[in-house]
Amino acid sequence: MGGEATKAISKEILWGGGRSPFSVTYGKMMMWYFLVSDALTFGGLLTAYGFARAGSEDAWPIGEQVFRALPGLEGEYPLIYVALMTFILIVSSVTMVLAVEAGHRNDQRGVVRWMFATVIGGFIFLGSQAWEWSHFIHGSGGMFLLAEEVTVTDVDGEQFTLNAGDAVYMDHHLGDAVAKWREGDLTVSMHEGHGNVMFVDNGHEIALETLTLNKYVENESAVSGADAMKLWNARSENFAFGANMHDSEYAVQQSYANFFFFITGFHGFHVFSGVIINLIVLIMAVNGVFERRKHYEMVEKVGLYWHFVDLVWVFVFTFFYLI
Amino acid sequence: MERDDLLVNDSYALNAHHSEEEGIKIRKNIVKVTVLLTILTTIEVLMGIFFKRSETFTWTAIKWTFIIMTLVKAAYIVMVFMHLGDERSNLKRVVLAPYLVFIAYLIFIAITEGFGHLSLFSTFH
Repeated sequence: MGGEATKAISKEILWGGGRSPFSVTYGKMMMWYFLVSDALTFGGLLTAYGFARAGSEDAWPIGEQVFRALPGLEGEYPLIYVALMTFILIVSSVTMVLAVEAGHRNDQRGVVRWMFATVIGGFIFLGSQAWEWSHFIHGSGGMFLLAEEVTVTDVDGEQFTLNAGDAVYMDHHLGDAVAKWREGDLTVSMHEGHGNVMFVDNGHEIALETLTLNKYVENESAVSGADAMKLWNARSENFAFGANMHDSEYAVQQSYANFFFFITGFHGFHVFSGVIINLIVLIMAVNGVFERRKHYEMVEKVGLYWHFVDLVWVFVFTFFYLI
Repeated sequence: MERDDLLVNDSYALNAHHSEEEGIKIRKNIVKVTVLLTILTTIEVLMGIFFKRSETFTWTAIKWTFIIMTLVKAAYIVMVFMHLGDERSNLKRVVLAPYLVFIAYLIFIAITEGFGHLSLFSTFH
């Protein structure tokens, strides 16, 4: 601990001019100022999310119901994938702080090794986020809104009275067929009979068996048989499959999907630029630029930015996914 | 123009050029914080999975537990990983004080505007 930051210096000298009163270099101070302003931007976004959610008249989707898929696996794993992403980002933050520590010992090999690990961690996170976006955009089956009031009994025997405008969710295979049928795809046809509705897609028959209520909020329940047909027959023209900029299957109001795209997208853009900056510093370290400068402060500066990206994710994780 | 990013004599650098022994101590601390962050995240995820949302006091308490754990995690990241804890206290204040203003502003806006949508319909006829 040889720096001036830990030394007692009298106020007259500290603020007397000719030196940095904060005992940091210009570049590092400006990085801190940039991060202070950037954190306020994210604070504003999360605050807007909170107000939109509190003011929403319709049910707001909850994290562990929306994000419960893992790549390549069937079944439900609520929040596990997001937790994995959080862990990847924490680990890459740790490798970054180890790179900074190696820099303080002028250990070029250590800096290169840990910066390389940080860049890899960043790419893994970006890939994970790409998968999550893809899954969110494709959705899982789609939904339609009811045109009239219906009373149905779910498979557990509980009775639901649904109003016009309430959402009903389809399972994945039926949703895919319905999406094609609605687009006028000639390979799909629908026929009704025997108290059931069947879609034929390229010779494969898909029957409406089960519809889901309250899929992305509390008390998810399944409706099948004649009651499912009652829901289907009461459908309106409003369908949504997955999510895009004007429709989403996750909620009747669009703001949930918009906030997802904007907040995680803006954070992902920060991760992307952070990875690029880390890559540049890694190349500089390999080329011995910092050996010639005799200090590794640049690693510390990009480290600040990278930790900030992790810090923002900690808040996004809590306020967007958990609460 | 004189450049201060050249770090003359390393005088501004935080724990610049520490020795191998000090390095071991710092790395030990890093591992400790890593373990803590991982444990807190795991607890958060398990709580998110197992507790059902409701209008009860339990859920409100859980929500506040999430927020407190998040702030603890954020504090460790900023103070240890970003080394703000090792910086001069005037820099600490410059970085952290804006958020006190921000939080005070948020509380003000939530109290004055939080129910604005309820009077929206009576405003326009």
